[in-house]
Amino acid sequence: MDAKAGDLDAPHSMGTTIIGVTYNGGVVLGADSRTSTGMYVANRASDKITQLTDNVYLCRSGSAADSQIVSDYVRYFLHQHTIQLGQPATVKIAANLVRLLSYNNKNMLQTGLIIGGWDKYEGGKIFGIPLGGTILELPFAIGGSGSSYLYGFFDQVWKEGMTREEAEQLVVKAVSLAIARDGASGGVVRTVTINSEGVTRKFYPGDTLPLWHEELEPQNSLLDILSAPSPDPMVS
Amino acid sequence: MNSVDSKPATSSLIGSEADSQRTLYPYVTGTSVVGIKYKDGILLAADMGGSYGSTLRYKSVERLKPVGKHSLIGGSGEISDFQEIMRYLDDLILSDNMWDDGNSLGPKEVHNYLTRIMYNRRNKFNPLWNSLVLGGVKNGQKYLGTVNMIGVHYEDNHVATGFGNHLARPLLRDEWHENLTFEEGVILLEKCMRVLLYRDRSAVNKLQIAKITEEGVTISPPYALKTFWNFSAFENPTLGAEGSW
Repeated sequence: MDAKAGDLDAPHSMGTTIIGVTYNGGVVLGADSRTSTGMYVANRASDKITQLTDNVYLCRSGSAADSQIVSDYVRYFLHQHTIQLGQPATVKIAANLVRLLSYNNKNMLQTGLIIGGWDKYEGGKIFGIPLGGTILELPFAIGGSGSSYLYGFFDQVWKEGMTREEAEQLVVKAVSLAIARDGASGGVVRTVTINSEGVTRKFYPGDTLPLWHEELEPQNSLLDILSAPSPDPMVS
Repeated sequence: MNSVDSKPATSSLIGSEADSQRTLYPYVTGTSVVGIKYKDGILLAADMGGSYGSTLRYKSVERLKPVGKHSLIGGSGEISDFQEIMRYLDDLILSDNMWDDGNSLGPKEVHNYLTRIMYNRRNKFNPLWNSLVLGGVKNGQKYLGTVNMIGVHYEDNHVATGFGNHLARPLLRDEWHENLTFEEGVILLEKCMRVLLYRDRSAVNKLQIAKITEEGVTISPPYALKTFWNFSAFENPTLGAEGSW
């Protein structure tokens, strides 16, 4: 295939929408599932929420390779740290390990990350680590190309101390809105909820998500529409 | 004393490779910092914005930090580099305390340390992409200085970084005088910050003012400034010339 046909040799990049939100008792991480190589969707069901330890997870955006390698190294370091410490690592420590890699290799890496987890000292925490390696502890974080469409949304709907259900619904709605407008985001919405009781993964396939402006209810076929008793489906 | 270049005793992945790293451009940046001397010490002001290019991405970034007992630092530019500078300073102050000799580093010494770091990184074509304001009081002596990513450093009665150089310093040149009271100082700084809010695209309306005196450091809680738009010329700007702005 020549270069014009979707640039199949472009580096794998997760355009992405990633979100991390704190709620009353823990955190909810959310992401879309599209990995693109230029214009082609290389993986339509990726899992961008990666485990670092039992209690800390990472949302990856930007270069797929860079974010995977950073998460692999941090998982490796955290594993050793946990053995030495004799108890689960804190979210802050995990986030700072990510920061060290991101900051010290800033010229070579192109990945924005959101760390979320729960530990017994500080409870649920979200850390944002954008390009450059700045570390920021935040009540909620959004990242990836799709996040551009969510700044206004979060400015309006965010509130402290949501319940678990409210937080999960907010994350699903937000990722779904971003998918609607960002070509680099798509597929399914995945969420991971972390609290004192443990970790829960949820999966929301595209057809379970709400419809937004100018989106239509998916049908099996035109033939179903034609055979259904509705007026003038073939109006020109 | 710790040197910036010493290899940490960890994996080379976590420490930087000295020759392959050059900061080419900043990502998350803070805008102006403004500082003045006043009767009892130093006042610093900075907003809490962390911009990501043209997006005002983070709005609660603390850019004013205490350094030891006698100094205050304000950082503009790349936030990750400012965070790294804070780590160097925390190490510096820790080492200073460990001497346990009754002496502690004053603002002039801290400013000099920062200048060396910034200038040395600049010489290696790998700058810390920041402009810093360093203020403090030790033994009754007030000190206010600035240093930027190329190592240019100086001290003065009033300093500013970034847009503040163009918008705040003229105001300070006109209205600053020796022995400003705390109230006068705050009003002057707020005047500068308001102009910056009107005219700097990367300013956000959430700021902190920090004070340092012989007694110690106080950093205000975040607050917002009122702005004024109620002018007839603003309501009808094209009255005299339709189609203009």
